[in-house]
Amino acid sequence: MPKPITLKDHYRETRVFARRSVVGLAFVFVLILCLIARMVWLQVIHYEKYRTMSDDNRITVEPIGPNRGLIMDRNGTLLADNRPSYALSIIKEKCPDIDATIERIGTLIPLDDAQIDRFQKRLEQRQRPYTPVALKFKLTEEEIAIIALNQHSLPGVMLDVSLVRHYPWVETLAHTVGYVGRINEKELKTLDPTNYSATEHVGKTGIEAYYEDVLHGTVGFRTIETDARGRVTRVLESTDPEPGKNLMLYLDLPTQIAAYKALEGRRGAVVAIEPATGGVLAFVSVPGFDPNLFVTGIDYKSYQDLQNSLDRPLYNRSIQGQYPPGSTIKPIMGLAGLHYGLTDWDRSIYDPGFYKLENDNHYYRDWKKWGHGVVDLRTAIVQSCDTYFYDLAFKMGVDRIHDFFEPFGFGHRTGVDVTGEGPGLLPSRFWKKAKYNQSWYPGETLITGIGQGYMLSTPLQLALSTAIIANKGHIVKPHMVKMIQETPVTDPEPLGIIELKDPSNWDRTIAAMRDVVHSPQGTAKGIAPGLTYEAAGKTGTAQVVGIKQNESYDASKLAEWHKDHALFIGFAPVNNPRIAVAVLVENGGGGGSTAAPVGRKVMDAYFESLAQDEISNNRPEETASAQ
Amino acid sequence: MPSNFSFSLDALRSPVTRRVSLLQAIHIDGPLLGGLLVLISVGLFVLYSASGQSLDTLLRQMARFGIGFVALILLAQIPPRTYKRWTPWLFAGGIILLVAVLVVGTHAKGAQRWLSLPGIGRFQPSEIMKLAVPMMVSWYLSERALPPGWKPVLLALVLMLVPTVLIAKQPDLGTAVLIASAGFIALFLSGLSWKYIAGFVVAAVPAAAALWTVMHDYQRKRVLTFLDPEADRWGSGWNITQSKTAIGSGGIEGKGWLNGTQAHLDFLPESHTDFIIAVLGEEFGLFGICALLLIYFAIIARGMYIAMNAQDTYSRLVAGSLTLTFFVYVFVNMGMVSGILPVVGVPLPMISYGGTSVVTLMAGFGILMSIQTHRKLLAT
Repeated sequence: MPKPITLKDHYRETRVFARRSVVGLAFVFVLILCLIARMVWLQVIHYEKYRTMSDDNRITVEPIGPNRGLIMDRNGTLLADNRPSYALSIIKEKCPDIDATIERIGTLIPLDDAQIDRFQKRLEQRQRPYTPVALKFKLTEEEIAIIALNQHSLPGVMLDVSLVRHYPWVETLAHTVGYVGRINEKELKTLDPTNYSATEHVGKTGIEAYYEDVLHGTVGFRTIETDARGRVTRVLESTDPEPGKNLMLYLDLPTQIAAYKALEGRRGAVVAIEPATGGVLAFVSVPGFDPNLFVTGIDYKSYQDLQNSLDRPLYNRSIQGQYPPGSTIKPIMGLAGLHYGLTDWDRSIYDPGFYKLENDNHYYRDWKKWGHGVVDLRTAIVQSCDTYFYDLAFKMGVDRIHDFFEPFGFGHRTGVDVTGEGPGLLPSRFWKKAKYNQSWYPGETLITGIGQGYMLSTPLQLALSTAIIANKGHIVKPHMVKMIQETPVTDPEPLGIIELKDPSNWDRTIAAMRDVVHSPQGTAKGIAPGLTYEAAGKTGTAQVVGIKQNESYDASKLAEWHKDHALFIGFAPVNNPRIAVAVLVENGGGGGSTAAPVGRKVMDAYFESLAQDEISNNRPEETASAQ
Repeated sequence: MPSNFSFSLDALRSPVTRRVSLLQAIHIDGPLLGGLLVLISVGLFVLYSASGQSLDTLLRQMARFGIGFVALILLAQIPPRTYKRWTPWLFAGGIILLVAVLVVGTHAKGAQRWLSLPGIGRFQPSEIMKLAVPMMVSWYLSERALPPGWKPVLLALVLMLVPTVLIAKQPDLGTAVLIASAGFIALFLSGLSWKYIAGFVVAAVPAAAALWTVMHDYQRKRVLTFLDPEADRWGSGWNITQSKTAIGSGGIEGKGWLNGTQAHLDFLPESHTDFIIAVLGEEFGLFGICALLLIYFAIIARGMYIAMNAQDTYSRLVAGSLTLTFFVYVFVNMGMVSGILPVVGVPLPMISYGGTSVVTLMAGFGILMSIQTHRKLLAT
């Protein structure tokens, strides 16, 4: 060390400086410890937090929504498919001036304030920069072209494509296939959040709702690494989504279309069932509506129009509609009478045009004012004689009617694979006591015997009971779906058979129903001319209770709304039934004049469709190449 | 670094042999040079990763180090006496340039910090002041009896406040703070009374309040962001949130060289300039940061050794204040990136990418080496 210079001044200065240097170095040391402490705080104590933040920055788990299963008819015609839909999105970070860009988009394609408001809201809610935010959904092809053409002058604007459900047959199948719609808050609570993480739509009605689990499929995932600009740098892991399963229905589209057309302009329902399987061949409720409106969100006005229409297009008459079955139950009443030994085919009664109970002044009138005269069971069915069945019902009592009708599917839900089914109503003493705490009156039994009074059934229940008659007692359950992907849908256990004391009564009843159509006295004789097959049927007419309190009252429609409901049930061919059909026309008047022709059109269409099938089946080389 | 110290001590104790090594001949201090070389090598490694493995960036930075070394060697040849003589002129020239910047300077990034010289390019006169201010304060104080009385202290304060205010007006708050602290360190080392220091601290509170009122909006925003970076995660808080995330996610051992996701996926802004320590923290972890701090500490310790062994007050004060200012750079940068200090664009010395700061720092080390190496010749 150099010797300090001896000037007192300098010596002191050196000492002071040395002291200060040591203090300075000590400061440095302490501050370095501070820095290290800070680093320990970040890198050791809060390591997990920052590690997660760093991973969250770059790693995104992207759910990939599965494609929804398709729905097709028995011939493979698509009834519900998925079509691409384009949305316009903006990436804020790539867009120099959001407001100016939106304004410019507004000059190119229609854009309303509500859309801009929702966009601003979505923009505030986004989780990270460089995420596209949707401005407008469901662009038309023209709008897509305009945006694509101007994309160079719209930095940060992009078009997103996604698959959206489409119903090509519009109102024809609205009540059958149903529709999907955007998941609402209530559904959000019940759906599996993982499996629906990339799904925007869920089945709301019809088959779409009933088979939601099958149609939806399983979500896939993609773990991706993105940089700060949202660019994907690599895919770390990926699991493909499992698409929803396709459904093939029993439904025959040509028959469905024919049924819809036959009812068009009226209000009513048609249900046709394949008796052997219970497969539903046609399932129509008229008027229908456009289910596509509901997929991307229906506007308020259109929805109000549908809701408030007197024709109630949203109401699924096939299964939600519960009507008095009227005379259509008479064949089963006849079977019950025979079964309980209350009548036989030779027994006749005299019908003066009314039926009167002892100690009762009420006249139970026949629809034919002057009566049918002497009628046996066959004639009573063919001509639909009310008096015969008043007598039979009186002898039978309501509880025996209830018990005999129950296996035919009345009074309880059939369990068809469409949502919204009503149970109908099959009255009994017990039921009345439980429901109204009142005892049963004999007069009520009489009107039950002709399908009036308390008794209610859905068009589906009528079609099912007709199929069971056609099957001569073999019970079937109605099915919409024939196959899920490649797997046929079968009932887990045999459904049983309705055993009659004398099975030949099936044949004689069916013969009587045949005569409803084919004999000159039959109530449905009007549909017989030109029939290429033998059909059995029964007409019915149900009294209308009246206009409901909450419905608006339209004077010009008054007469129309007071008319009776027209009903027809039938099946064909008589010897080997392929189709059983039930027709209901609200306020249609007579069953024979209004409903039966609809029934015939449906059966005609189905046999024509079957013939087409056979033609194509006979040309195996063509079918092979088509597959 | 005991071995380095003993090396130089040995050299001192055997003047009789007069075996002048090559380094001594060209007035270079071996231990300081060694420390700098280690620091620069580490820096280049980190820069290569931080720049997204850009060889181009690496070569340009190396070229700057080359220029810096030339400056260092040249300045080491000039004896301290000469520096002392030139100091007032350097300071005066610097002040003139700073005024010139405010009058005819070039705008960039919302500030007026550069002077464009035709044919030479543009440079920041504030860089000169990083050296000139501690030198000027040292020059002034070395002529007075020390520890300084209140009159010299006041004058010294005026000397450092003039350039500080001029730079703050550009506006360049970071450099202004660094220059003020360089002057203050010189004052401190000269033996400034603790009473005065306590007085400054007390006076700092109203001064801070006053400063707040004259600050630019972006500067205020920085301070607010510093106080609560989470409040504005996507805006001005983004930088600090991302740098903390980068450092924190490095953990103890780091993610490994070139594996830092924060920097490579562009989440970390300014990753190869002001925020480069976050890249080091992410890729080399706590170990890496401690190692870097150790290197810095070795260099600073050597600097203070040189200061303490300097023979005249001027040299002592210049060497001491340059060395401690060097640490202030380190502390302010690392403090800002790790979120304990507000964000004030200060590069990490010798590591951050950037030209002027490298050359200025190397020039400062050249002066240190001059003080160290010329002293020995005087002693013999």
